[in-house]
Amino acid sequence: MARKISLALKRGASCVGCDIAVVNLSQKLFDLLEIADIVFSPTLLDVKYDDLRKMPDKSITIGLYHGAVRNSDNEEFAKIMRDKCQVLIAYGACAHMGGIPGLANVSNREKIFQTVYKETFSTDNPKCVFPQTEWVDDRGHKLTLPEFYDEVYTLDDVVDVDYYVPACPPTHEMNMEILNLIKDWVEGKRDLPPKGTVIAREKTLCDECPRNPGKGKKITVEKLKYISEVEPDPEKCFLEQGILCLGPATRAGCGAPCIEANMPCRGCMGPTSFVMDQGGSMLSAIASILGISEDEIELSEEDIEKLVSQLKDPLGCFYRFSLPKSLLRKVVQDREV
Amino acid sequence: MSEENGKLNILVFTCNWCAYAGADLAGVSRLQMPTEFRQIRTMCSARVDPEFILYAFRNGADGVMVAGCHPGDCHYIGGNYRTRRRMALLKMLLQQFGLNPRRLRLEWVSAGEGQKFARVVSEFIEEIRKLGPSPYRKQGAKHGQENITCPEKRG
Ligand code: SF4
Ligand code: SF4
Ligand code: SF4
Ligand code: FES
Repeated sequence: MARKISLALKRGASCVGCDIAVVNLSQKLFDLLEIADIVFSPTLLDVKYDDLRKMPDKSITIGLYHGAVRNSDNEEFAKIMRDKCQVLIAYGACAHMGGIPGLANVSNREKIFQTVYKETFSTDNPKCVFPQTEWVDDRGHKLTLPEFYDEVYTLDDVVDVDYYVPACPPTHEMNMEILNLIKDWVEGKRDLPPKGTVIAREKTLCDECPRNPGKGKKITVEKLKYISEVEPDPEKCFLEQGILCLGPATRAGCGAPCIEANMPCRGCMGPTSFVMDQGGSMLSAIASILGISEDEIELSEEDIEKLVSQLKDPLGCFYRFSLPKSLLRKVVQDREV
Repeated sequence: MSEENGKLNILVFTCNWCAYAGADLAGVSRLQMPTEFRQIRTMCSARVDPEFILYAFRNGADGVMVAGCHPGDCHYIGGNYRTRRRMALLKMLLQQFGLNPRRLRLEWVSAGEGQKFARVVSEFIEEIRKLGPSPYRKQGAKHGQENITCPEKRG
C-alpha cells in the first residue's frame, strides 16, 4: 500500500446534499478511507473552523468544496481551502456553476432582504432591521456576521480550481470514477487529468441517451407540454413528446438517472466545453423543432411569438443550475422594460 | 467594445445572400444612414448562434440586429425559420434578464431592398439612442468574470 492521502470537505452556499453524496459511496466508502484520511469535514466530523485555519499550507492532498459563493464567509473559506489543499475540486453543480442557489441572481441583496426580512407574511420586524456585518451591544460586545453578497458566484470566480465534478449531486458512479482516479494516482498507476478538466464526458446527454430517436431523424413539436400535466411515454424521447428535456444542451456522464426514472433532464451537469452558455444552446435546440411545418411562409412574426410563448420561464428552465456561469450571469434593470 | 459614453455599440448581422446584398445596395446608392453600427456578415441568418448575441450583450453591445432573407427566400431553404424562432425566444429571455427586448431586432431584407436596410438600421439606432447604454456595460469584472473566451471547436 502506497502513501495515504488526506481529504477535506468544505461547504459554501450548499444544501449539504453533496456531503451526503460522498457518504453515498456506501461500502465503497471504506475503499476511500483505506487510501485517504478525512481530516476536515464539518458535516461528518467534529471539527472547528480554526482546525482548518491552523493546518499548514498545502498539507491536505485533496479538497472538495461544494456549494456556491454567496457571502464573505464562503469566499474566505474557499481561499483557505485553496491555500491548504494541493488539489482543489469544485464538487457538485453549485460549486461548478452556481447551482440552485445561483438562481438568486434573478434578484439582488436589496430585494432578497426586503422579501425575507420585511414582506413575508410571517415576518415580525417592526423596526425593519436588516442583517448587518457588525453590531455592538450596550455592554460593548461586538458581534459580526458575514457579508451577504449582491450576487452569487461560483468557486472558480474566487479561487483557482483544479477539477470540476458536476451534477446535483454527483452520482455514485461519478464518485467511483473519482475514487478510482485518486486511487490510481496514489498508487502511482496514472497521473491526474490535466488541470481544469470536468470529470465527465465531452458528449451531450442525448448522445448517450437510450431514448435518442437516432441521428438525422427530424423532430417536430407542435405543442410543448409540462411534465406536471402529462404521463410521459416511458420509452420515447421527451422532446419528441413535446416535453422540455435539457439533454441536447447538457454534458453526459451522470448515467441519465432522471431519464431512467421517466423524468426529463434539467441540465445539472452543465453544458459541454464546446458551448459558452447552456441556455443559448438549449434555445437553439428548441428553435429547430418547434412548430416547423409546410405553411411556414404564411406565419407572421406574431404567430411565431405565440408559438414560442408556450415556453414559460425560459430563464428558469435553461439556467436552472448555471445562471452565475451563463454569459449574462444576473438580472439587470433596463429602462422602460 | 467601446466604453465611451455617448457612443453606442450596435451590431448588425447580415446574411450573405440577401441582407448583406441589401446593405451593399444601400451603400452604393449612397443612402443616408447613421454610421454607429458594425456589421458582421454570416452565410445565413441561422449561423447567428444565440450565444453570439448573448456574448455581444455581455461584452457591452447596446443593440443587436439580425437581418436575413424574407421567409421562403433563404438560400439554405429553412435557415431563417430557425432564426425567427430563436429571435422570438431570445427576446423573451432577454426580457427576463431585465433587458429591454427592443435591444434585439429581426428584419427581413432582400438583395433589392437597399432602401429598407437604410430605414430599419436608422430606426433601430434611433431607438437604441433613446434607450441609452445597456445596463450590462456597467456589470464590472469582479472576481475575474471577464475571462470567457469563445470555444474554438464546435460540435
Ligand atoms: S450541487 Fe445539489 S446536492 Fe450539491 S450542494 Fe448544490 S444543491 Fe446540494
Ligand atoms: S432530449 Fe432527453 S429524452 Fe430525448 S434523447 Fe435527449 S436526453 Fe434523451
Ligand atoms: S439526467 Fe440531467 S438532471 Fe438528471 S442527473 Fe443527468 S444531467 Fe442532471
Ligand atoms: S441565407 Fe439569408 S437567411 Fe438564410
